[in-house]
Amino acid sequence: MEPEAARLIGAGIATSGMIGAGVGLGVLFGNYLQAAIRNPSAAASQQTMLFLGMALTETMGLFAFVVSLIILFAS
Amino acid sequence: MAEQPAIDPMHQFMIQKIVDGPKFELGGLVFDMSITNSVASMLVGAVAIVAFFLLTARGQVVPNRGQAVAEALYNIIDRVLVTPIIGPHGRPYIPYLFTLFVVIFVLNLIGVVLSFGSLAGQTWTFTVTSQLAITATLAILTFFSVFILGFIKHGPKFLGLFFPSGMGVIGAILMAPIEMISYFVRPLTLALRLFGNMMGGHVVLSLFGSFVVALGLVGLSGGLASLAFIPATLSFAMIVALTGLELVVALLQAFVWVALATVYLNEVVNFGHGH
Repeated sequence: MEPEAARLIGAGIATSGMIGAGVGLGVLFGNYLQAAIRNPSAAASQQTMLFLGMALTETMGLFAFVVSLIILFAS
Repeated sequence: MAEQPAIDPMHQFMIQKIVDGPKFELGGLVFDMSITNSVASMLVGAVAIVAFFLLTARGQVVPNRGQAVAEALYNIIDRVLVTPIIGPHGRPYIPYLFTLFVVIFVLNLIGVVLSFGSLAGQTWTFTVTSQLAITATLAILTFFSVFILGFIKHGPKFLGLFFPSGMGVIGAILMAPIEMISYFVRPLTLALRLFGNMMGGHVVLSLFGSFVVALGLVGLSGGLASLAFIPATLSFAMIVALTGLELVVALLQAFVWVALATVYLNEVVNFGHGH
């Protein structure tokens, strides 16, 4: 295989780390909605925690994105 | 068939000089004082922030529209973040957190609202927060100002942050390196989060934009190729929807940044009680 082709394929594969972040965000928002529908009065107070969890989960996916960018542009 | 324009979604992140400035050398580093599109965007942001708060700082009991927006922004920091997370001792830090929030929010917003066109072959403004250099600088400032504040307030006792309590001496010493790594990776994650979100969003927008042009050119060649106008229209609809999403992301990322900064500050302000 040509090294250039391998590099591009590798960059594509590196983004598969985002699968985990996608699952994580789904679990996070799904569980938040479930809890919010069961107890709507407590929902607003937990919104900050929701966004904090979202930020931390999202970071994992962004690491994959950054690795992919490094492979594409910095190697 | 018309010639296809090159699809180059990374071009929008290029830093271009608008006005040439003087260069000088200091300690082996070359400083270029030119006004680039990055500097121009930050200047626009700074002027917009100062002008907005000068115009809205009237302190009327019944606020007008501008003052209502300013108060809503302030309430995000005060009532949603600082008071529930830190408590009453967090009040002195509200101005700092509010400044961070407004700066990041406005710079994100400029990227969405102003950075789509280029005039006279020049991109005048662009998304400042899609440059890793800018977000890394902001992250280092945010993180180390909190870290240094911890030492100013608590002295060497603040190092106890890295030794979890209730694990015995050996357990705490074993855990200390892990705690340190997870603590000092914070500026990295702060910088990468904002950079990745802003850059990713704009790359997607730019890709859909080039789909519209490329498919539209295919459609113009007539005949059966006119069907290409359908996906071109869909791509355009996607741009509109994604621009709305980007506006939400601009606010959300500024919020998340400040929420994390508040959590970091909480460890310093309430150090030793309840942890």
